[in-house]
Amino acid sequence: MKKLLILTTALSTAAFAAQAQDLTVMSWGGAYGAAQTEAHVKPWAAATGNGAVMLDSDNPATPIKAMVEAGNVTIDVASIEYADAIRLCDEGLLEPIDMAMLPAGSDGTPAADDFLPGAVTECGVSTDIWANIYAYDTTKLTGTVPTTAADFFDLEKFPGKRGLKKGAKAVLEFALMGDGVAPADVYATLGTPEGLDRAFAKLDSIKSEVVWWEAGAQPPQLLADGEVVMTTAYNGRIFNAAVGEGKPFQIVWDGQVYENEMYAVPKGAPNKDKAMEFIAYATSTEGLRAQAQQISYGPARKSAMLEELIYKDGKTVMAPNLPTAPANLANALESSFEFWVDKDAELNERFNAWLATN
Amino acid sequence: MSEATSMLTTSDGRPLKAALARAQGRARRRAFLLVAPLLLFIVITFIVPIGQMLHRSVYHDGLSANAPAVGAWFAANPVGTEPDEAAYAALAEDFKAMKANKTAGIAGTRVNYTLPETRSLFTATARGADKLAPPYRQAFLALDEKWARPEVWEAMRSASSAYTADFYLISVDLERAADGSIQRVPENTRIYVYLFVKTFLLSGLITIACLVLAFPVAHLLAVLPMRKANLLMICVLLPFWTSLLVRTTSWIVVLQGQGIVNDTLIALGIISEDGRLAMMYNQTGTIIVMTHVLLPFMILPLYSVMKTIPPSYARAARSLGATSWTTFRRIYLPQTLPGIGAGALLVFILAVGYYITPALVGGADGQLISNFIDFHMDKSNWSLAAALSAMLLAGVLVLYWLYDRLIGIDNLKLG
Repeated sequence: MKKLLILTTALSTAAFAAQAQDLTVMSWGGAYGAAQTEAHVKPWAAATGNGAVMLDSDNPATPIKAMVEAGNVTIDVASIEYADAIRLCDEGLLEPIDMAMLPAGSDGTPAADDFLPGAVTECGVSTDIWANIYAYDTTKLTGTVPTTAADFFDLEKFPGKRGLKKGAKAVLEFALMGDGVAPADVYATLGTPEGLDRAFAKLDSIKSEVVWWEAGAQPPQLLADGEVVMTTAYNGRIFNAAVGEGKPFQIVWDGQVYENEMYAVPKGAPNKDKAMEFIAYATSTEGLRAQAQQISYGPARKSAMLEELIYKDGKTVMAPNLPTAPANLANALESSFEFWVDKDAELNERFNAWLATN
Repeated sequence: MSEATSMLTTSDGRPLKAALARAQGRARRRAFLLVAPLLLFIVITFIVPIGQMLHRSVYHDGLSANAPAVGAWFAANPVGTEPDEAAYAALAEDFKAMKANKTAGIAGTRVNYTLPETRSLFTATARGADKLAPPYRQAFLALDEKWARPEVWEAMRSASSAYTADFYLISVDLERAADGSIQRVPENTRIYVYLFVKTFLLSGLITIACLVLAFPVAHLLAVLPMRKANLLMICVLLPFWTSLLVRTTSWIVVLQGQGIVNDTLIALGIISEDGRLAMMYNQTGTIIVMTHVLLPFMILPLYSVMKTIPPSYARAARSLGATSWTTFRRIYLPQTLPGIGAGALLVFILAVGYYITPALVGGADGQLISNFIDFHMDKSNWSLAAALSAMLLAGVLVLYWLYDRLIGIDNLKLG
């Protein structure tokens, strides 16, 4: 009996150990998760002979705290927002990243100079630069079309439902820009009580017409269903629906809010060394280019833009579709992690109260 | 007669009483062993987690564990003491430790719950902790002017004790003023009391809607001939067995702006293209879909009770001259009460804690308290999530107690 017990224990431990060999990456699902799977997870597994799996989540930053505190970390790499990468790192929930392990750019530039400023932090490396934009269906809106952030909030000129992300971040900034605040002044304005009231007043003006979304895959669906005439969205999701699936969607870049998306390793990840290897592989010039060929999020290395990027359909040039394209940056705002790391709790509280009670 | 001879003994000479007690004890132990796995299971999966949750709602050691020196200073000096050089020295000691252990974010997060915008003060100060040297007060002020503000110190004092009622205050829209008194939070951030009231009201409404819809169906199930009743039963159970997500998204297809119901109404000319009804992503959507999802929990207990009511009672009442309404009211309805009680309690308690359906179809104003508990879980504010959950638990227990007093829990019949 005892022998049997020992044997089964050993066997099941071995089974767990075998399972734990697989690298587990967690991302946002949908078109974005698919892009990272195709560009990073599958090629890395093929190149190194390791097993690797991709998991989906509405926000991969969410489970990290619970996992680390419970001492049961099951994911090795998570794709998380910039402010979350800073916040979780400050709380000691992420493994620090050694800049020296990141490969030099394809043109030989050392990684430290090749990455755009801020793209590598203590605990994270940028996988892309993405943006909150808004989009409309060109078959539904004909004649005058919206071109500015202000148009999104203009119910007289463009009657109909609006899709908005349910959360304070990027929505408050967008509301202020829709109210005519210049991007450079947005965070200074939002930091004052009057500025905050101004943002909520702007949101009030369209509140009755808003359909709120939570997962990144929802806005293209809302547009396609005709539930809304225009909606905010992550730019890559709209691009993939428009170019990849032939939907008649048009992105309005005016008032976009962009930021880095970071690969990070939760503290105590079961395959920490492999996770670091994976990040080095995925954020190399080739890795970033491979992802940018799958979805229209910009690579954060200068060397990745030296050659022209072509979408996986073999003909669409990516450059004008990236948040970092000069034309798209005309009236754009870089999301401030300092602002959100500090005020996230407070502003979401206010946002929730505003949403639930009026 | 001596004592020894009066005592009954077994054949091998042991006292009968002791032998009996031993035999019974063995039987009891065996019975307990049979129950033990379930008991252990309940303790591990139910009692312990609830205990942990309750503990977390009053406990947050983010600051107290990481800043022991300044905690000791707070303990030694009463409320309102101006922070002196010793206080700043203690704080400097803590910050050096926090920088080494990378815990400034955790400590700052705790203080941030009490006073917003202090989190970055902590993380930025920790980054510059190496520069802290005597005189400490000037050194801190050189890093950030905020360190001179009394409310920062007041917030740190309130966070320096690991046990706190702060999270319960927040969950009833209260806060501590700078002088330590308790006041309501500003009007534009009041939310939880409203949500608790709304959750209980909507759950009550859904329970009533379920009862009204389920009663005739359950009656029909109980009185129809077997074949037809079986068919009807399958119609009740089939959605019950279908995944909750599938049922919820099906309702989205049916009720949304471009959905089946609106399209049909327009095709029939009842509403115009501009007058499409908003039945989804709002409170209406939550009520309709939750009523449908919870309906079987009302039908099944009602049916099981109605099945046992002999039809002869109603016939007897009719033959004695009662009208059909009187028969229903005085004879049939009272006998179904145990089923109504069980169904209503079941539906109400499930509705109060419902999460996924309001999250998917509730839009802005159809959200319930559980959606906000989830929100704070996501945002890593577990203590507040725990405090809100504990309030919800207390609310349900109070209602359960009321139910027991008014109707009696013995009158519950689940099947």
